[in-house]
Amino acid sequence: MDKSINILLKNSPILVFLLIWEVAGWIAATPLLPSFTKVVGEFYDLLISGILIENLGHSFVRVVIGYLAGGLFGIIIGILMGTNKSIETALKPLISILLPIPTLGWLPLMMLWVGINEALPIILIFICAFFPVAYATLLGIKEIPQEYINSAKALGASNGYILMRIILPLASPSIFTGLRLESGMVWKTVLAAEMFAIPTGIGALMINAESLIRVDVIMVSLMVLALMSFGFEKSIYALEKAAIGKWR
Amino acid sequence: MGAIRLENISAEFCLESVNLEIDDGEFVVVLGRSGAGKSTILNILAGFLEHSGNLYLDGKLINHIPTQKRGIGYLHQAIHLFPNLSVYENIAFGLKAQNFPEETISKEIEKMAKMLQISHLLQRYPKNLSGGEKQRVGIARSIVTKPKVLLLDEPLSSLDDATAKEIRKELKSLAAMFKLTVVYVTHDLEDATELASKIIYIENGKIQKITKKEVDECIYYKKTLE
Repeated sequence: MDKSINILLKNSPILVFLLIWEVAGWIAATPLLPSFTKVVGEFYDLLISGILIENLGHSFVRVVIGYLAGGLFGIIIGILMGTNKSIETALKPLISILLPIPTLGWLPLMMLWVGINEALPIILIFICAFFPVAYATLLGIKEIPQEYINSAKALGASNGYILMRIILPLASPSIFTGLRLESGMVWKTVLAAEMFAIPTGIGALMINAESLIRVDVIMVSLMVLALMSFGFEKSIYALEKAAIGKWR
Repeated sequence: MGAIRLENISAEFCLESVNLEIDDGEFVVVLGRSGAGKSTILNILAGFLEHSGNLYLDGKLINHIPTQKRGIGYLHQAIHLFPNLSVYENIAFGLKAQNFPEETISKEIEKMAKMLQISHLLQRYPKNLSGGEKQRVGIARSIVTKPKVLLLDEPLSSLDDATAKEIRKELKSLAAMFKLTVVYVTHDLEDATELASKIIYIENGKIQKITKKEVDECIYYKKTLE
């Protein structure tokens, strides 16, 4: 009983918001503010027609490729910087300067350099994931007390063995934090790239809906985007729990 | 074998022309105040620190031998068990790194765990161990690889008196059983009198030998440690 009351209380702000939205939609009676049930109906129509799945599929593939490539490359560069002083000295200032640039700040430059094609959103997502993950990996490695490394060396472990068994696992909480923070950002990035430059994907669906004054479609797209972003972050969190939850 | 010779060893800001001979199987306790340079000696012996002068192990110059190849065991006062590895994996770490067969590893760990009474802890992670348990696991990890020399940096400093006493006893018998040469750094006089076959006192980077009797009488303690 207590549990169901708790669930109800926890979700009550959402329920109240949906109720207000529904009533406001009915009162306004204008296409500019469709009710919640109208938006759900449109979601169903877009799903059945395959339009939503097709556009979501385009966005999803771009996000996954860009995020995995950027994350992986970020981890590799972070490890190189964290374990080699010369590489750190050479790369850290560059990364520190480029890290604060908002990903969308790269969009005009990339449009000119890469052109308006499939590579554009993927490169932007790559940039979005790369810098923070590289920095998080570096910080994670730097925070490992030297005594762990010394103890491992005294036990006869080679540098490669120490990297795989000690450095990477102990830096992984920081790496996962970087990955998790960017898991939402990459969806914002793909949305913007598709709205401005690419004719397919959730962002393109939204911008097309805007030109047809289809607020219901825009709202469906926003809801899908929110769900994808939330799901992505939760997946990374679940991966983190599975990888390091036992000992952390 | 684990005879050590330090010949004019100096380290910046820490040690000044230290000469010292430690026989094979000797239990040497290095006493001194905080910052006197006690841990520096251990770090040099382990190969963690740059130094001038010559360092010999069993008559062989080891100045340029990396830590991994020196055949030492090392236990820091904060123990630093690897938090991502279970107790079993912590103890197995050195043996696995040196490519011992899995069968040998599990046999050695079983033996060591029994000796240190930690068999029931093998599947736990370090976060679930008490201070005394961590210390026992740390000792097991350091000696399971059968090092020639065991370096201990204030290993009992964070334990309560009763646990420290117990582990001190175990350390002494393990050192004798494995015929280990031990260099034990501490500022605890009880550690020195109970464990040492030789006591070294270090002050301002310079060392001198003192007797157990002198430590017992706290002559040096009153003069210099307080």
